[in-house]
Amino acid sequence: MRGTIFNIMRFAVNDGPGIRTTVFLKGCPLSCWWCHNPEGLNPDIQVTYRAERCILCGSCIDRCPQHALQLDGTMIKRDDLRCLICGSCADECYLDARQVVGREIDAEELLAEVLKDRKFYDESGGGVTFSGGEPLLQHEFLVEVLEACKAHGLHTAIETSGLATREQLDDVRRWTDLFLFDVKLIDEERHKTFTGWSNVRILENLNHLVSCGASVVARVPLIPGVNDDDASVNDVGRTLAGLGGIRDVHLLPFHAGAAAKYQGLGMSFRMADARALPQQRIAEIEHTLRSHGLTVHRGG
Amino acid sequence: MTERVQKLREQSCATQPYLSAERALLVTDAYRTMGFHSAPVMRALVFKHVLDHKAICINDGELIVGERGPAPRATPTYPEICCHSLEDLTILHTRPKIPYLVCDEVRRHYAETIIPFWQGRTIREKLFAEMTPAWRDAYAAGIFTEFMEQRAPGHTVLDDKIYHRGMLDFIREIDQHLSHLDYHADPGAYAKQEELRGMRIAAEAMIRFAERHAEVLEEQAGACTDPVRRGELSHLAAICRRVPAHAPRTFHEALQAYWFVHLGVVTELNPWDSFNPGRLDQHMLPFYQAEKAQGTLTSEKARELLECLWIKFNNQPAPPKVGVTAAESATYTDFANINSGGMTIDGSDGVNEVTYLVLDVIDEMRLVQPSSNIQLSRKNPDEFLKRALRIVRKGWGQPSIFNADVVVEELLRQGKSIEDARCGGTSGCVETGAFGKESYILTGYLNFPKILEIALHNGRDPRTGSMIGVRTGDPRAFQSMDDVLQAYRTQLRHFVDIKMRGNNVIERLYAQYVPTPFLSILIDDCVRSGKDYADGGARYNTSYIQGVGIGTLADCFSALKTHVFEMRTLSMDELLQALEKNFEGNERLRQMLNNRTPRYGNDDDRADAFMREGFEMFYDAVNGRPNTKGGVYRIQMLPTTCHVYFGSVTGATPEGRKAGLPVSEGISPVQGADRSGPTAVLRSAAKMDHVRTGGTLLNQKFTPGLVEGEQGLEKLAHLVRSYFAMGGHHIQFNVVDADTLRDAQEHPGQHRDLIVRVAGYSDYFCDLGKALQDEIIERTEHHGW
Repeated sequence: MRGTIFNIMRFAVNDGPGIRTTVFLKGCPLSCWWCHNPEGLNPDIQVTYRAERCILCGSCIDRCPQHALQLDGTMIKRDDLRCLICGSCADECYLDARQVVGREIDAEELLAEVLKDRKFYDESGGGVTFSGGEPLLQHEFLVEVLEACKAHGLHTAIETSGLATREQLDDVRRWTDLFLFDVKLIDEERHKTFTGWSNVRILENLNHLVSCGASVVARVPLIPGVNDDDASVNDVGRTLAGLGGIRDVHLLPFHAGAAAKYQGLGMSFRMADARALPQQRIAEIEHTLRSHGLTVHRGG
Repeated sequence: MTERVQKLREQSCATQPYLSAERALLVTDAYRTMGFHSAPVMRALVFKHVLDHKAICINDGELIVGERGPAPRATPTYPEICCHSLEDLTILHTRPKIPYLVCDEVRRHYAETIIPFWQGRTIREKLFAEMTPAWRDAYAAGIFTEFMEQRAPGHTVLDDKIYHRGMLDFIREIDQHLSHLDYHADPGAYAKQEELRGMRIAAEAMIRFAERHAEVLEEQAGACTDPVRRGELSHLAAICRRVPAHAPRTFHEALQAYWFVHLGVVTELNPWDSFNPGRLDQHMLPFYQAEKAQGTLTSEKARELLECLWIKFNNQPAPPKVGVTAAESATYTDFANINSGGMTIDGSDGVNEVTYLVLDVIDEMRLVQPSSNIQLSRKNPDEFLKRALRIVRKGWGQPSIFNADVVVEELLRQGKSIEDARCGGTSGCVETGAFGKESYILTGYLNFPKILEIALHNGRDPRTGSMIGVRTGDPRAFQSMDDVLQAYRTQLRHFVDIKMRGNNVIERLYAQYVPTPFLSILIDDCVRSGKDYADGGARYNTSYIQGVGIGTLADCFSALKTHVFEMRTLSMDELLQALEKNFEGNERLRQMLNNRTPRYGNDDDRADAFMREGFEMFYDAVNGRPNTKGGVYRIQMLPTTCHVYFGSVTGATPEGRKAGLPVSEGISPVQGADRSGPTAVLRSAAKMDHVRTGGTLLNQKFTPGLVEGEQGLEKLAHLVRSYFAMGGHHIQFNVVDADTLRDAQEHPGQHRDLIVRVAGYSDYFCDLGKALQDEIIERTEHHGW
């Protein structure tokens, strides 16, 4: 079976224990304001344009079979209605100003890629992590790859928003050693506002995983103005502590590093003007969460 | 660091290196006045003359005594090997980077005495006169370099013998061999007699040299009003009366014995990689343990003594080259490289208490000299690696990390005994050797990308238009990648033949004109065989050629295959024309070659297979061929800084490199071509069969953020262990960010302390040439982790 991924990152050191390879699956049902992998949102293959890399050589314009590109001042603009995402322009662009984001890959090929760093996993207690996007959105493909990884004895982790059906979750659970489970907000209304979805099913799924005895680490993105207030932090702390089966919490403080990616995709970044949280505030939040009996790490 | 060490360190670092004419004058005097002698006796008499007459220097507060020059940082010269011209002296004095001050008196000595005597008589001049036109053409074209054109064969390291035996013991052994010479049955008896006599004279000279120190120390003690220092001076005098005549009994005596021996080796000649004690931690352990048990030594005192030794190394800048240009990259470091850890002679874990003490010293002293490395065996504890990585993480390039298990395997493959292999290690940059038992000589770097350039021009050097290779056919007529590889193989073999023919002569020059009787006492089995170190007297005699630019070569092959023969995106003719024009007016083509070619360093077999192909061709051309000392040739993959020079003489290359830019260094990927992270680089590099080399060099650069915290440290340790489990020989880390380096380039004044790993050694960033600085900035940073 084939799936769509947008990156394979080797020597990933923040997505679970040891040295890992992280596979990013394309497509996510949520639309979080702060998403730092916007190229993972759309399940389809896309072509991005990074104007700062473009030398305006015009090769892509000549190459495009749809005549969808034209020079517009200091950049090359695309007519999205004409573009068929064939990727010819990216082939032609040696400076990688135009790049295809996403590729289809079959499970076997992906496994071969993942196995390349086997020696490093063995040495460090690492393995493979599937992230996204939302990896469960391609759960059949994911299950096939996970099963193959387990057949080779690899440690497997999944980084998930938790938005999936119970059945889907149970399918992957059999082959997954560790869940890195995103917990953004406990307040349902605010969750809807900032992610586009209710969190009811998400929290049910989290509860389910914990009660099944799955190994779960909670990942909390700290987003200024969204969940960095005392009330939100305490909600998260209370909820996680109340589950009983979660001890570790990874705090992922917001950074605006994704702005260029949004630009390249022609998307607007709703957090473009947000500032990173001051170190002191992050330390306070860590302290608050610890007071709920949780073990808190900054970063992965 | 004690106040004493702090003061000595400050003095050492603050003193600008300067030239001393002392040795040159004494050597000139000796050659002028002495009559006919056999070469080893002559050289021994010269050695004795220098040691008998050179100034004795005792520095305030120091606990290890003896300098190579008349004072710290006073650098002697070796006019019998190569003689500086007055112009050289001017450049050395005035060049902005790595200057050596030359006072008027030294200039006068050179003008009046040294140059008139040595001009036309030096080894360097003899060497060049003996080379064939083909050798000279290839040398001038930058196909290869020649190590011995200004420095003597050395590249060697001491084992444990001086800690068990003194010079008097060596003399007894020499006498025994002299008395057993069979002048009837052995036609070589006379030659052996002369060599042994030379060794005897040298050993006696060394004892006398130590005694001269004792005399000055006693005199100073008598005049000293400070009772504490007076006690120290008397103690030092007693030590100098004892060693190196006799075997040392204490930790302090052992270090002083080593230092006298070191001074002997680097005064006799200017051997490459100066000299070094090798497994200092293992050699010192018995003394340390015994004295600790007796209560005569504390770990603090041992540390201070070691630090005093470190300062001694730093007091001796490398002898400067002749025929210098102001822009040339140079260094004060003399490549002494102390080994820690590894295994013991019986194959067990070699890490001990002194190992950690030595690591503390490295950390505290932060000196470019001596250089340091750890020999990491799978038997060594992780704490050892982590302790070393904590120092590495500070970002000044030391210590480098070697795979002790693979080093042993390399030595075994070369035919060494298991014991000799385990007591071996690495020296210089990354060179494998059997310590105390091997003469392993680096003979010259070989420029792979340049050889490909010659192959792509049918034997001609496009830079000069002269025909220096062989006719391997017009590349425009090549039908397949095999044709390219065949042409390259033929050119490679041609230049290796030329190089070896030259080496055969050069080895004889050193053996016949400037043997090294003192060094020969120290290296088994020179005494037993009555043969000199430079003449095959060592137990093992290896000659090495160093391959440079394997990453560039692999990418060139890959680009040719991909674009000319597979995808046929361009013809050979179009490619050659673009190269000739240095891609001018064709930046797009350059970008295509650069970005649409499978590149070495990304764990991509399409490119890595070409690295292996290049490696195998080099190996086949060199490995196992005989040298003139009863040994054979082997290969190494290291560049020191030669990849910058080699790049400067090589035109644009098919992977998109512009003319004149550095070629890839060591076995590292082309600067910036590795885009798949460090695990991919290590996997690619491990596809080379390191065991069949005598050393490979891999650079990895890290920004400080990547290795923060205990977790960062652990991940770094895992990377190292994984690479070594895959068979890698060596890895070294530069932990700095590019912005810091750029800032240092602009404002050197604020970053004088910035030390970076250059190749097999560390140096002050601000002392490096601009091209090398740029290259270090360029070396791929692994963003994002």
